[in-house]
Amino acid sequence: MAEERLLMKGNEAIGEAALRAGCRFYAGYPITPQNELTEYMSRRMPEEGGTFIQAESEIAAINMVYGASAAGARTMTSSSGPGISLKQEGISYLCGSELPCFYANIVRGGPGLGNIAPAQSDYFQSTRGGGHGDYRVVVFAPSTVQELVDLTILGFEVADRYNNPSMILGDGILGQMMEPVVMRESVTYDPSGKTGWALGNSEGRERHMITSVRLAPGTLERHNVHLRKKYLEIEAKEVRYELYEVDDADVVIIAYGTAARVAKSAVTAAREKGGIKLGLLRPITLWPFPTDAIADLAKNKQDILVAEMSFGQLYEDVRLSVCGKAKVSLLAHTGGGLPTEDEIIEAAGKCVASSEPVEIYPVLE
Amino acid sequence: MEKVFGKPESLSDRPFTYCPGCAHSLVHRLTAEAIDDLGVMPRCIGVASVGCSVFSDLYFNFDFIQAAHGRAPAVATGIKRVKPDCVLFTHQGDGDLASIGTAELIHSANRGEKITIIFVNNAIYGMTGGQMAPTTLIGMKTTTSPLGRQAEVQGYPLRVCELIRELKGVAYLERTAVNNPQNVLKTKRALKKAFQAQLDGLGFSLVEVVSQCPTGWGMLPADSLEWLEKEMGAYFPLGVFKDAKAEEPQEVA
Ligand SMILES: Cc1ncc(C[n+]2csc(CCOP(=O)(O)OP(=O)(O)O)c2C)c(N)n1
Ligand code: SF4
Repeated sequence: MAEERLLMKGNEAIGEAALRAGCRFYAGYPITPQNELTEYMSRRMPEEGGTFIQAESEIAAINMVYGASAAGARTMTSSSGPGISLKQEGISYLCGSELPCFYANIVRGGPGLGNIAPAQSDYFQSTRGGGHGDYRVVVFAPSTVQELVDLTILGFEVADRYNNPSMILGDGILGQMMEPVVMRESVTYDPSGKTGWALGNSEGRERHMITSVRLAPGTLERHNVHLRKKYLEIEAKEVRYELYEVDDADVVIIAYGTAARVAKSAVTAAREKGGIKLGLLRPITLWPFPTDAIADLAKNKQDILVAEMSFGQLYEDVRLSVCGKAKVSLLAHTGGGLPTEDEIIEAAGKCVASSEPVEIYPVLE
Repeated sequence: MEKVFGKPESLSDRPFTYCPGCAHSLVHRLTAEAIDDLGVMPRCIGVASVGCSVFSDLYFNFDFIQAAHGRAPAVATGIKRVKPDCVLFTHQGDGDLASIGTAELIHSANRGEKITIIFVNNAIYGMTGGQMAPTTLIGMKTTTSPLGRQAEVQGYPLRVCELIRELKGVAYLERTAVNNPQNVLKTKRALKKAFQAQLDGLGFSLVEVVSQCPTGWGMLPADSLEWLEKEMGAYFPLGVFKDAKAEEPQEVA
């Protein structure tokens, strides 16, 4: 399909972008706040001649994706926190077997059943691998519906480039909001890059075996070092972030996704008021993390304020990147709480006024 | 000289590494013979599971993938939907299929996925050292039922064929054994019928092979054959549970 301007809900935009990226296999299981995506795929996937399966569980869904990916298809799944937890074993198998896939976690409040309000509390789960074993998945953090589209398409490309899963870490606000988007023209997905390993008819070629079992002494360690090298290459090539009004900022906010939307408005509002000058560094990839960009920032800024919808998860990566070179403070909401512009501006004031880092939990104030 | 017996083309040159007297290797061989007879070798894709047969992929001559514990039917589903012309089978033990993978079994059967499941029921967890399986018989001692399985405590051995025969998506369902030459031949016939049901697009097929695990049972291979006949045979009746082809076409009322 040709490029179009559309008004779309975030969850549906992910689905349409995936189809235009050539995704022809989706398996999922209903969970709020991402149901519109599953529903959209149930309708649109057959129109494109692809397969939609409402699986019996998230565990089955990710294992169907594992099979479909092994057969050479561009494939995806989506869920929210509890469902993504169930998918972790399968994601670990995809990484161990070096199979690509794309998935979206439209995060809700946790732990446990938690609530269905927007949250960022699956940050560690996403950026640390999430399941068992030594592996990483590429994590994209969109903050607009347009970015949901662009990063979904990029997500499929990156997954195929490195034969590794990639994902979008969104939240209920991004999934549910409607914004105008430019929907890119459909690509003709060419699976020929996968003919060297994909499963199929083995007539006239060596047979293909896909596995993550490596029992012979040393083989798993060697394989994992190979994975590590791939991950280092991803860290070198795939980092993405946005800088906004940082040059003259007194306090640089670091935030992603929905929290970064609020932070951006706070930067503008504070500048209009003529108070403390705020700037924003917005990671677009959470793994690989923009460590170098943040380390650079720390060389000439005194104050960094991390604003996140989780309890100090992004904060930990920022502090590791800053490595004591600047004062890093935290403004944290969790369990579905959202930061406001005023809270961010007020928190920035507290950062500047304090000689020590401050940790602010607005719900307690 | 005329060659009267040889290795099936579908089997690789890799020697089996199962224990002496284990049923897994026999079932692999019969699977390979059935595939050869049907002439579908290059189109075949196997799905190995987690258990003693985790390295099933080494023994065949076509594409293979290894699945997480219990998830082989879901993996086969994903492959088959992308490659409908391929012939898909899983090779699974009883812990894999009837305990951790029950949901994937029932729902792939119920969806009528055009895949074939080869189910090796040896009433025990072989690979992890002889723990109780969902199919462990009442009174049978295992490393996690040291007093013998008691119905009041551990429930009853699960009969998979009886459980799934009612599902509309199931096209072929048979329980066999490989404890004597007659049963071996019947198992091969059952495997061919199961694959044929898939090739005919009729739906899901499963062959349950009541299997000996001399190591897990703590018996000599010869004794295990006798024990299978007497003890397992009494609880797991052999026979065809469903054959969509043989069934009369239903009148629509
Ligand atoms: C998620 C998960 N849980 C547990 C295991 C450990 N495990 C490996 S094999 C196995 C049991 C296999 O028994 P069965 O399926 O009966 O096959 P057999 O070895 O008897 O052929 C278990 C529990 C695992 N690999 N993964
Ligand atoms: S433990 Fe049992 S199932 Fe496993 S290889 Fe030995 S005999 Fe076969």
